[in-house]
Amino acid sequence: MAWETVIGLEIHAQLATTSKIFSGASTAYGAAPNTQACAVDLGLPGVLPVLNREVVRMAALFGLAVDATVAERSVFARKNYFYPDLPKGYQISQYELPIVQHGRLTIQLEDGSERVIGITRAHLEEDAGKSVHDAFPSASGIDLNRAGTPLLEIVSEPDMRTPAEAGAYMRKIHSLVTYLGICDGNMQEGSFRCDANVSVRPVGETRFGTRTEIKNLNSFRFLERAIEFEVERQIEVLEGGGKVIQETRLFNPDRGETRSMRTKEEANDYRYFPDPDLLPVELTPGFLDEVRAGMPELPDAKRARFEAEYGLGSYDAGVLTASRALADYYERVVAVVGGEGKLCANWVMGDLAAALNRAGLEITDSPVDADKLGGLLRRIQDGTLSGKLAKEVFEALWAGAPDADTVIQERGLQQITDTGALEALVDEVISNNPKQAEQLRAGKDKLLGFFVGQVMKATQGKANPQQLNELLRRKLMG
Amino acid sequence: MTLHSLSARELAAGLEAGNFSSLELTRALLDRIERLNPGLNALITVTAEQALQEAGAADRRRARGEAGPLTGLPVIHKDLFCTEGVLTSCGSKMLANFIAPYDATVVSRCREAGLVMLGKANMDEFAMGSSNENSHFGPVRNPWDATRVPGGSSGGSAAAVAAGLTPLATGTDTGGSIRQPAALCGITGIKPTYGRVSRYGLVAFASSLDQAGAMARSAADAAWLLQAMAGFDERDSTAADTPVPDYTTTLEDDLRGLRLGLPEEYFGDGLDAGVHAVVEQALDALRNLGVETVPVSLPRTELAVPAYYVVAPAEASSNLARYDGVRYGHRCENPRDLMDLYTRSRGEGFGREVQRRIMVGTYVLSAGYYDAYYLKAQQIRRLIRDDFQRAFESVDLLASPTTPSVAFRLGEKVDDPVTMYLNDIYTTAANLAGLPGISLPAGFHQKLPVGLQLMGNYFSEPRLLNVAHRFQQATDWHSRRPAMAGEEA
Repeated sequence: MAWETVIGLEIHAQLATTSKIFSGASTAYGAAPNTQACAVDLGLPGVLPVLNREVVRMAALFGLAVDATVAERSVFARKNYFYPDLPKGYQISQYELPIVQHGRLTIQLEDGSERVIGITRAHLEEDAGKSVHDAFPSASGIDLNRAGTPLLEIVSEPDMRTPAEAGAYMRKIHSLVTYLGICDGNMQEGSFRCDANVSVRPVGETRFGTRTEIKNLNSFRFLERAIEFEVERQIEVLEGGGKVIQETRLFNPDRGETRSMRTKEEANDYRYFPDPDLLPVELTPGFLDEVRAGMPELPDAKRARFEAEYGLGSYDAGVLTASRALADYYERVVAVVGGEGKLCANWVMGDLAAALNRAGLEITDSPVDADKLGGLLRRIQDGTLSGKLAKEVFEALWAGAPDADTVIQERGLQQITDTGALEALVDEVISNNPKQAEQLRAGKDKLLGFFVGQVMKATQGKANPQQLNELLRRKLMG
Repeated sequence: MTLHSLSARELAAGLEAGNFSSLELTRALLDRIERLNPGLNALITVTAEQALQEAGAADRRRARGEAGPLTGLPVIHKDLFCTEGVLTSCGSKMLANFIAPYDATVVSRCREAGLVMLGKANMDEFAMGSSNENSHFGPVRNPWDATRVPGGSSGGSAAAVAAGLTPLATGTDTGGSIRQPAALCGITGIKPTYGRVSRYGLVAFASSLDQAGAMARSAADAAWLLQAMAGFDERDSTAADTPVPDYTTTLEDDLRGLRLGLPEEYFGDGLDAGVHAVVEQALDALRNLGVETVPVSLPRTELAVPAYYVVAPAEASSNLARYDGVRYGHRCENPRDLMDLYTRSRGEGFGREVQRRIMVGTYVLSAGYYDAYYLKAQQIRRLIRDDFQRAFESVDLLASPTTPSVAFRLGEKVDDPVTMYLNDIYTTAANLAGLPGISLPAGFHQKLPVGLQLMGNYFSEPRLLNVAHRFQQATDWHSRRPAMAGEEA
């Protein structure tokens, strides 16, 4: 039987505010346990939540970016359940009236085709704390630093049909929230994580199959691999005559498989009700216009502009605009060089990307910043450096050299572009190799490379290759 | 000198005139507390040392010429207002070890006004109760008759004021918890408009109903205390961001032409005839002051108690989820696992009435029952609010008995929660609608105090206090004092 996969994603994006959603405590990552949890975060008797205005702006910005309805009135509700890292015994979230509804996002697939994925809703909520199971020999610890960190939960329609589509959607949302500046997108620290709802059904069937939910996927690759495994598992179950059980599963990246965490039968009745400690969020007239006015250029628009403005192909423009940080870096390089969009793209996507990849660094952590790379490329553009020398200078910059010109000067790496000096060298090489010169004159063109090599060797590679070629041709092949 | 029998106003005048110091006043009342509290059980904690320090500071402040009207006067806080460094038990075993690390807004505002805290008042556990018998620290006795309840949940505050342990006390009112004990103890208690006083630091029972207010022997004294408590607080999103009027300047306003509605539903079956007669006499006194009484109807009145006992437990079941034995409060011995920690800590830490309401609240919020109970109760709430708004189109204020009967005997209703709940029959509607109400001494039936309740539209506290004050100028019910051990009435 042929099977169709149905995937919907719930993405938790941690909003990049400096303080928490309902208290003044800091949201900075990595502090000592419980040092960033105030009375409100601890859920002490008598404390009350006060909404951080900034999260409303951020959620509205996201809503506008995905063509959604941003609700003039949304309501915070309590989701009641007991857990040691949930200090109040309930999580403040949004339930019946979320702030964002009915959005959509266009994703690009590798074959160049596009698909529109529906966004059911996006709602604001507070994060829980963290249980620490390895700090004490016979007890678990609770770290409430993360409690009250603002989250935007983005729920898609079950519109995706392949793991690749799910990956493309997750990447696109990641790119969008980082572009908007509402999430730092750091998946290692859990700022951006994803739950996948996966089911399969026979091709042609319109009803959905029973779904499972794979929790806490914190990389694009894990998402795709987890779904691939889960789809195969479900098909195997169904083809073996069994039934898929609605349950929550966890993905183990080391084994490449999902395993059951808990079945829905054991799931809580969350007893949602509107939080009486918080007023409904009512947007004032003009608020959305203000938010819209602060909207940065979004990935699709930037990609189109890169193609038009810098003469880039669609693929290159796509790669360079995948993250706002990379796009900003690229544009800064172009600005320093004063043009040469293609040359800049080749370097950013080539040598720089390769070096970052090897070192496992993000563009924002690159030891060679955009100004340094631009300074290097300017010396290629004006003919000071050959491509080969430029790579050497790049290595030096990567190792910490202050700028390209310093490296060029210290190491004497300027190309020899003085025609007189170069001609003297060429003459010397020709007179030292009369036999080869004779053969070349006789039409053995392959020997041109031999002479180029000899001159380069004599100049330690600093001869301008173009000039050298011209000289040799004039003298031996003219 | 019998400082304990003076009103807050008289005490303030005495302090200002230098007749006595705050330190002397505080010592006198601490002595009285030491003598009388073992019998009354009105206070859970007496903060004697701290009170003497604060009194000394108040005297120095006065000497510098920086005293406000309340500086140096004593106050007792209900034990659900967080007080930094002092036990804040909420009348519960669950919090019997909880030393609050911060002050409630009400507490810090009283402190700023220069009030001297004598201690923390006993109360029904987590403010759930109408008799003060639900306290982990034992029941409070009614100063008028030690075999009877003082009412609840602010029973400790009411008894302390009635017995002259303090001229001023704070309370909270979720379904009548200021007005009902004020009535049963023969004092004046005002529950302001929802949002008038910050809830920050007030241990929550039912967030959409809880409101802090003032308890004193007279409306004039209550006006003073409320003045110090009221006002916007950015830490409470439900606090009203409207200016607080000066409650003292309108106390003497003329009552002629004031239209007072008498809701027929508040004078029907279930109202004790003797209580009814006392309330009628009080209404006569008001008519003599030029008040016009008008019959009105609040047709949804009978739905108030049922709706209240859905909404309040629902919110309570969620508000009390934080008491799980993990971070603070009672934790059971040697929990086997997490579930054991939860169930035994909560089972041991909460009393029966609290457990009953958590179960009711959990039930009415459950999937499949939410629409039938919680949502329906919220709809009833709107209808009750509409009833009041319709009434206030034709009258300025409403008047009724505060309770259907005088103080009942300890133990009389503990096994019958529904009868107990019906004690709130005249008070819960104001909470459901968020309206202000005041209870003032209207006379006596069988030698026990009877309360007259006045309710008004939103932010009508000045008018409520004005009517109560004029009534108290014309009558002396509020100045009758119970005979305490070793004293004459």
